[in-house]
Amino acid sequence: MAKALPGRPNKVAKTALTHLVLVLLSVAFVTPLLWMLSTAVKPITETMTSPPRWIPSHVLWSNFPDAVKFNSKELGYIPFLVYARNSLIVTVLSVGGALISNSLVAYSFARLKWPGKDLFFGATLATMMIPFPVLMVPTFALFKWLGWVGTFRPLWVPMFFGSAFSIFLLRQFFRTIPMELSEAAKIDGCSELRIFIDVILPLSKPALAVVALFTFMGAWNDFLGPLIYLVDQTSFTLSLGLQAYQTQHGGTPWNLLMAASCLTIAPVVVVFFLAQRFFIQGIATSGLKG
Amino acid sequence: MAGLLFASPWILGFGVFLLYPLIASLLYSFTNFSILRPPSWIGLSNYQEMAHDEVFYTTLKNTLLYVVGAVPLGTVVAIGLAMLLNSKVRGMAFYRTIFFLPTLVPMVVLGTLFLWIFNGDYGLLNAAFHKVGITAPNWLGDPAWAKWTLVLISVWGCGQAMVIYLAGLQNVPVSLYEAADLDGAKTWAKTRHVTLPMLSPVILFNVIMGIIGSLQIFAVPYVMFPDGAPARSTYFFSSYLFDNAFKNQRMGYASALGWVMFLITLGLTILAMRISERHVHYEGG
Repeated sequence: MAKALPGRPNKVAKTALTHLVLVLLSVAFVTPLLWMLSTAVKPITETMTSPPRWIPSHVLWSNFPDAVKFNSKELGYIPFLVYARNSLIVTVLSVGGALISNSLVAYSFARLKWPGKDLFFGATLATMMIPFPVLMVPTFALFKWLGWVGTFRPLWVPMFFGSAFSIFLLRQFFRTIPMELSEAAKIDGCSELRIFIDVILPLSKPALAVVALFTFMGAWNDFLGPLIYLVDQTSFTLSLGLQAYQTQHGGTPWNLLMAASCLTIAPVVVVFFLAQRFFIQGIATSGLKG
Repeated sequence: MAGLLFASPWILGFGVFLLYPLIASLLYSFTNFSILRPPSWIGLSNYQEMAHDEVFYTTLKNTLLYVVGAVPLGTVVAIGLAMLLNSKVRGMAFYRTIFFLPTLVPMVVLGTLFLWIFNGDYGLLNAAFHKVGITAPNWLGDPAWAKWTLVLISVWGCGQAMVIYLAGLQNVPVSLYEAADLDGAKTWAKTRHVTLPMLSPVILFNVIMGIIGSLQIFAVPYVMFPDGAPARSTYFFSSYLFDNAFKNQRMGYASALGWVMFLITLGLTILAMRISERHVHYEGG
């Protein structure tokens, strides 16, 4: 075989190969999601055909309202909209709490001086190694003692007290903002709080967007927290409530379950696309490089 | 003063939601206690019981096997995807979104979705295997396969690590590649001697976070295999701890299990750091 010509043809072949591999991998990654969509708009009889049918004989949009107003003899009434409202309450409070607390704390770690700061920051990073299950029992006992079990409070109140990963991410970002900006504001007579609100926060939108997105996803998708603390079916969040569509003895309405799943994912996907520009930029600049 | 004031939410949070529960669970681990019964001191009994508890060993083994499968596989796929995307192909933003999309899916939805796809009778996957004439394994029903099915599913969520690797790759100075080009280095040599060393701190970070996360696997098996079926092959450490705490009302024993998990996490993290010492390259010391 003749040696490949130097330069162009070789490069073209390489680019084509890269695209081929990427397209194949994309198909593998996106197929489960497409299958979920396809199942969500099928009549129940077409969900269990062999071989599987990708395109339904007719697209059944009514599966979405049917999943939302679900009521059957075996599974009972499933209050999807109540679950959605509960998820929304927990998520909004969590994101709000995370943005306020983590930015304040990260500002302190990044730009203020106080005794023991570096040691405490090291301890903060080390807490990322503590697995949640080891904290589960005492935290439950604490909330039980406060009388909060069965309410949303155990799910969102802790978010107002910061979390190590978000603090780290914001601190890295705040450190890239030149100190001169703070000093100039100080000469103009600004307090630390004013500098934080008027100078630092407006410059930190990408990093704040990353923290908001991660917290949003964490709260919206959380399963273990609601499983431990929510008792009443009417207080369930979506991720906990979705299980209600499943039966242990067969007869799960797969099409409606997938329709409900699509509706559950939709808000996260929308928020992600709105925040995407910030998101990639935020990760790249907050020095998540070790 | 201002510094402490700004940090005060976290100082409180650190104390109340991390330090206190960590110490309390150590103390609880020496007690017998449930929601209805206050803790009573029983010394090392919980740990002695654990030493003879077959279910403890099963769940520990399952969890470690899952970590050994999921972390390396996830790391290789995430780095591979990031490198492909970093090769200045057109449509990079599009591909990146596709690979990231699965990480937005809640664990519960993910569990149900894959229950559906891996279904032995009506599943999409086995239908595909059937079409090309391969007898596919019984992914969910065979104890030899169920755990590895979960490992495979975990790879689908490697998009988050991929984004972090991609950010790391974009921080590698172009000059290093130019210098390698001058030396006549081929693609593999550049990967081996430039890309991977420059990426190594990010790899270490992701591997450690991967180990910590995988050790806690809970939601997906909880949804897919409610009883740890088949033959307890998908019964994991977190599920056993949860069942002890909230189903069997044995919160003291659950706390002891929690501390064992904490020590294992700590041990594996230190191990990863030790092993990496010789391989991780930090720019500027």
